[in-house]
Amino acid sequence: MTDTVPHTDRATEALVEPSRLSPAQRAVSALVRSREVSILVVLLAVVAAATVKNPNFLFSGNGWRDLLLTPSILMLLAVGQAVVIITRNVDLSVGSVLGLTAYLTGRLFVDHPDLPIVAVVLAGLLAGGVLGLVNGVIVAYGRVPSLVITLGTLYIYRGIVLTWAGSNRINAADMPADFLALGTNQILTIPVLFLVALAVLVAVGYYLYTARGGREFYAIGSDPDAAVLYGLRVKRRVLSAFVLSGALAGLGGVVFAARYGTVSSDAGTGLELSAVAAVVIGGVAIFGGSGTVWGAALGAVLLVTINRALPILGIPDFWQQALVGALILGAIVLDRLLASRRARRLVESRDESPTHTAEPGPAEPTDSALAEAREQA
Amino acid sequence: MVSEQRTDVPETPADPPVLVMEHVSKAFGPVVALKSGRLVVDAGSIHALVGENGAGKSTLIKIVAGVHRRDGGELRLGGQSVDFSSTAESKAAGVAVIYQEPTLFPDLSVTENIFMGRQLLGRGGRIDRAAMYAEAERLFRGLGVTIDPRRPALGLSIADQQIIEIAKAISLDARLLIMDEPTAALSGVEVERLFTVARRLRDEGRALVFISHRFDEVFDLCDTVTVMRDGEYVDSRSVADVTVEELVSLMVGREVTDLFPKLPAQIGDPVLEVDGLTSAGVFHDVTFSVRAGEIVGLAGLVGAGRSEIARAVFGVDGYDSGTVTLQGGPVPQRDPGAAIRAGMALIPEDRRKQGLVTEASVARNVAGVIRSHLAKAGLLTQSAENAAARDWAARLDVKTSSLDALARTMSGGNQQKVVIAKWLATKPTLLIIDEPTRGIDVGTKAEVHRLLSQLASEGLAVLMISSELPEVLGMADRVLVVCEGRLTADLPRDAATPEAVMRAATHGQQVAS
Repeated sequence: MTDTVPHTDRATEALVEPSRLSPAQRAVSALVRSREVSILVVLLAVVAAATVKNPNFLFSGNGWRDLLLTPSILMLLAVGQAVVIITRNVDLSVGSVLGLTAYLTGRLFVDHPDLPIVAVVLAGLLAGGVLGLVNGVIVAYGRVPSLVITLGTLYIYRGIVLTWAGSNRINAADMPADFLALGTNQILTIPVLFLVALAVLVAVGYYLYTARGGREFYAIGSDPDAAVLYGLRVKRRVLSAFVLSGALAGLGGVVFAARYGTVSSDAGTGLELSAVAAVVIGGVAIFGGSGTVWGAALGAVLLVTINRALPILGIPDFWQQALVGALILGAIVLDRLLASRRARRLVESRDESPTHTAEPGPAEPTDSALAEAREQA
Repeated sequence: MVSEQRTDVPETPADPPVLVMEHVSKAFGPVVALKSGRLVVDAGSIHALVGENGAGKSTLIKIVAGVHRRDGGELRLGGQSVDFSSTAESKAAGVAVIYQEPTLFPDLSVTENIFMGRQLLGRGGRIDRAAMYAEAERLFRGLGVTIDPRRPALGLSIADQQIIEIAKAISLDARLLIMDEPTAALSGVEVERLFTVARRLRDEGRALVFISHRFDEVFDLCDTVTVMRDGEYVDSRSVADVTVEELVSLMVGREVTDLFPKLPAQIGDPVLEVDGLTSAGVFHDVTFSVRAGEIVGLAGLVGAGRSEIARAVFGVDGYDSGTVTLQGGPVPQRDPGAAIRAGMALIPEDRRKQGLVTEASVARNVAGVIRSHLAKAGLLTQSAENAAARDWAARLDVKTSSLDALARTMSGGNQQKVVIAKWLATKPTLLIIDEPTRGIDVGTKAEVHRLLSQLASEGLAVLMISSELPEVLGMADRVLVVCEGRLTADLPRDAATPEAVMRAATHGQQVAS
């Protein structure tokens, strides 16, 4: 590290020196040390290990397709979840929202066979958005912790699907072939559904980085009280985070129907925890304020890929679960360590500066000025 | 009276004062925080607002800041009558308030902190980071400081955080900057830097309001001073025409002994003896004793090391050399449990964080420290808790709807009584109490004082840390003054005048050497 703090003797000089690195150098060093890059490295290592064991894991039409296709749904959920967690909230209802919209999608095709596919996709998005709105309104205006609210709606939304679907099941035969083709079609060997997830990721990632609204999500998660003092519209932002998360889970439901072809009332059960896990592994701070959707999406890909790679590597079932658990704990412990190291460094960079170690030099202007001030009093 | 006050308000339409407040009042339920506030601030000047804690300064400021809405009176900004219902409105009108401990977003960069909510936009409505960094650098340069605009706010000193707030205020083009005790947590050099910045802003023609308890700073920095007392405007003077003594008498304005009923107490043998206590960089060679029945006041400026000494005596923090003796027996370092068993009790300054479980009932709070005595076979019964709590609540006259009420729901004064009850239940011989009446309304304040006085007359030794001079002078049998980590005066009650204490608190080194 650069610890060259130049010694200046003016009281009004820096407490914190600007870095000597050029913006480009900084960007590179930040990138290399970023969580996103380290997840990518782990992901590549997992893929490489599985491919060495079984070349079909990557080097076959199906292998390559599955590598991109299987994480697509979780990516959508992780992007929405990341935005919610960045605002210092959590959305546990996404699995149930996905189940509900997946069943809705199938039901619409069964009951209204003439509906265009686009309309059904939009209906799924909209339904998810409305369910997210319910979460958002209660969290933002009811001042109840989101953990509790969305735990409640997790059961309520699932209850709705259970009542609605009963033991019915939507089968592939109930849905138009064009719709189901979305689940298998590829463009330049890349699955369409992955492209959908990627498009969502890029759009949300871009918004979070470049729009005022996006930065406000971070501000709110970093210090909700300060956000109020800054005059930010905290409630509206939190509300919109939940709507986004719900809408993406709704899209996830549509994607689920297209990909699997069958939908029963338990579709998406437990996915909310995978989404939270992906976000945490992806480096989004669980108490909000920092992290990116890029990391969350990579976390989703890593989580799904590890689950697929471990059986190939001959690791027994129990250890597969434990390894995922270890990954989550490792990510959190790593965050803790990095955060405290960073905090310490930032404090040091302040304490090393001249004003904090000022020695009473001869005729130092500040000391005499101070003495004068005291003389006067 | 009104016409008299009006005379010094220039009514020339060309250059009206930036801020005019007249007869502003505000009550919170039955508590009148502000009876008749008045503050007139001119452009290009630094205006000091002084008064004891509870004089109504903060309420007055919060009305300008849009945090509170006034009940009555006039508020004009740049000649325009205004009525703010939110901080955003006040900000838009050009008012910036810098609090003692700024609230920034720790995860975000310094630049984002300055521009949050109104980021500079480039093409296509995208945030233009390069332009913001450049602008932040320009702002810092204008203030004569160099802070890396890209670093996160996390880890910045309070002094730097204030600079960020000031930079934010300037980028908003605030014409009125209010600083609420900005120097309380700053070191000498940081204070000087802040003053340099403040003078620069004044010379640019902005109006500044500076709230401070430190007279040396008021005299060093400010042009005009307004004194408040008990929610009312007292007087406004040019700093050049007023002396410290006059300010003190304007601020106190009453016989100190009226407010704090100090009972005469039989002073007995030393209970606490502290000898040569030193902790490098925090306090140095601190020696004193507290006798049974005696209230010893520990005075000094905020940050002088008073609380640190108390924490070391109680065994929360370690120290490098020296000894602490309680009733003849040594008290080990870093072992608050041993200190409690030896008969010490410490009531910390921040009761919400350190002294009180705000989400627990009154009974549970009171019984908290004496659980092991109350428990039977390791189990704590509610009835045992309640019996102990009822006893103490009655003795201290705690006003609560029931012992099951959550501590959070009570007023500051009653919370303080609960904390005192909690510690008295341990039957201590020495009570250390840090800022006993901070944040407590005037009425309950006197009750807390009466309580302390009564406890002393029953033979308890009390070490009281307080930043409120009248409290120290009114309550203490003896006043110890701390300045920059050293004891600079040990004044018996008769010799403890505001002037003597203030001198020792600000001229520490000269007295000590």
